Amino acid sequence: MERHLDQDLDRIRQLLLRMGAIVEDMIGDSLQALFERDSNRAQGVIERDRQVDELEKQLDQACGAILATHQPAAVDLRFLVAVMRINVDLERMGDAAVSISRSVLDLNQEAQLKPYIDLPRLDELVRKMVRDALTSFVERSVELAVAVCRADSRVDDLYRQLFRELLSYMIEDPKTTTRGLHLLLVARSLERIADHATNIAEDVVFYVEGRDIRHLDDDEPL
Amino acid sequence: MDAAGGGTGKAGLAEATAGAAAQTTAKATAAGRASETAAGPHFERPLLSIRDLSLWYGDKQALDGVTLDVAEKRITAFIGPSGCGKSTLLRCINRLNDLIESVRIEGDILFEGGSVLAPDLDVNLLRKRVGMVFQKSNPFPKSIYENVAYGLRLQGIRRRELLDEMVERSLRRAALWDEVKDRLRDNALGLSGGQQQRLCIARAIAVEPEVVLFDEPCSALDPIATAKIEELMLKLKEHYTQIIVTHNMQQAARISDYTAFLYLGELIEYGETKKLFINPRKQQTEDYITGRFG
Repeated sequence: MERHLDQDLDRIRQLLLRMGAIVEDMIGDSLQALFERDSNRAQGVIERDRQVDELEKQLDQACGAILATHQPAAVDLRFLVAVMRINVDLERMGDAAVSISRSVLDLNQEAQLKPYIDLPRLDELVRKMVRDALTSFVERSVELAVAVCRADSRVDDLYRQLFRELLSYMIEDPKTTTRGLHLLLVARSLERIADHATNIAEDVVFYVEGRDIRHLDDDEPL
Repeated sequence: MDAAGGGTGKAGLAEATAGAAAQTTAKATAAGRASETAAGPHFERPLLSIRDLSLWYGDKQALDGVTLDVAEKRITAFIGPSGCGKSTLLRCINRLNDLIESVRIEGDILFEGGSVLAPDLDVNLLRKRVGMVFQKSNPFPKSIYENVAYGLRLQGIRRRELLDEMVERSLRRAALWDEVKDRLRDNALGLSGGQQQRLCIARAIAVEPEVVLFDEPCSALDPIATAKIEELMLKLKEHYTQIIVTHNMQQAARISDYTAFLYLGELIEYGETKKLFINPRKQQTEDYITGRFG
């Protein structure tokens, strides 16, 4: 049976995907702005955040309206609960991209501290997680979502490695502290983005299977 | 098990009600069976156990091998599209289907271990223990007081003070006392639809049943009267086991602890209401509760 509700749910899906696409681009651009020392690109990321904020509100309103008027159940309810959570995570990811871009603007005022080796690797890992998390939502793929959750520990390892390296730079030469701290903030933002991607993947599993895989002990299977 | 044939558990209800010892044994049997059930929740001591129940109206099969346990002092909802057998199933529990000539029943319903379908069962006694509230409120054309006292008088209670006390308690439990206490002698038909329905609930619980069956109790009521009945049912959980048949899925979701989804006479899924409405196991259940059905 055709349902009017399906049109509303589809509109919500489209809004979320548009938001996801913008956030993905913002993250990519913020890092590219760093690697290419492109302040215009960084500025563009900061400006795009308004779109994300606007979409966050639109999505919240649309979800609230459906909850109030349709009293959804089962997969419809799980979809809406997941979307409302993913919405928050995407907005925060946008904020993280803005934070990276602000650091880039400062970093571009001075000479590059060092050749970037681990940051591009971290960037690649994190952006793949974000892309896969959104794909797992579109394709309702639990397998892909679980893979995203598993990838998070590699991001954490890489972040810790970067932390130690930047710390040693700053200890060796205090004049590098400002740049070192900004790079640390960039790495920290990327690590946060990966956490949000993990949250999205967890929400996808809830949406598809009704299982809550958040905060499991290490010996519990995903 | 054939209800008409008389199996081992058949005369159970009479025995169970007769003596405490028999009751204990019967309960132990029921608990044992419950743990073997594959579908639905497991209860240590289900009050009612419906076992492989099939029912035919003439040639037409209305129930097909339904097996489920009903938990004591909980609300269990039967949901499903029209013609799925939910009302038929409800009416088997207090043998209202007996009144229909062409009905044939197989399987069994155990009430505290004793068979409800046993041919030698005292149906009047069963209906005292299993009260019923119908879709359309049906107060007797008598005073409010007499409606509630009716069943008590049938039980032979004559003492005025005792009747007064039991009528008041029933009306209080049915959340109607404050609205009618000053006009107990007025004709019950002068009450509003919602009040009449609560009066029927007061009448049903006056005789201290263990189970109250509700067949679409709110379908003729406005949302406020519906909300009052729902609140009332939640309060009555303290005293009674309640089973409700409803077309209103949100009502089932709001008030029941367990929900059984029936389709074409079969029990498709039975489980905790919250789980069933958030994450049903069967596609048919999902399609029905999300309105994709048909």
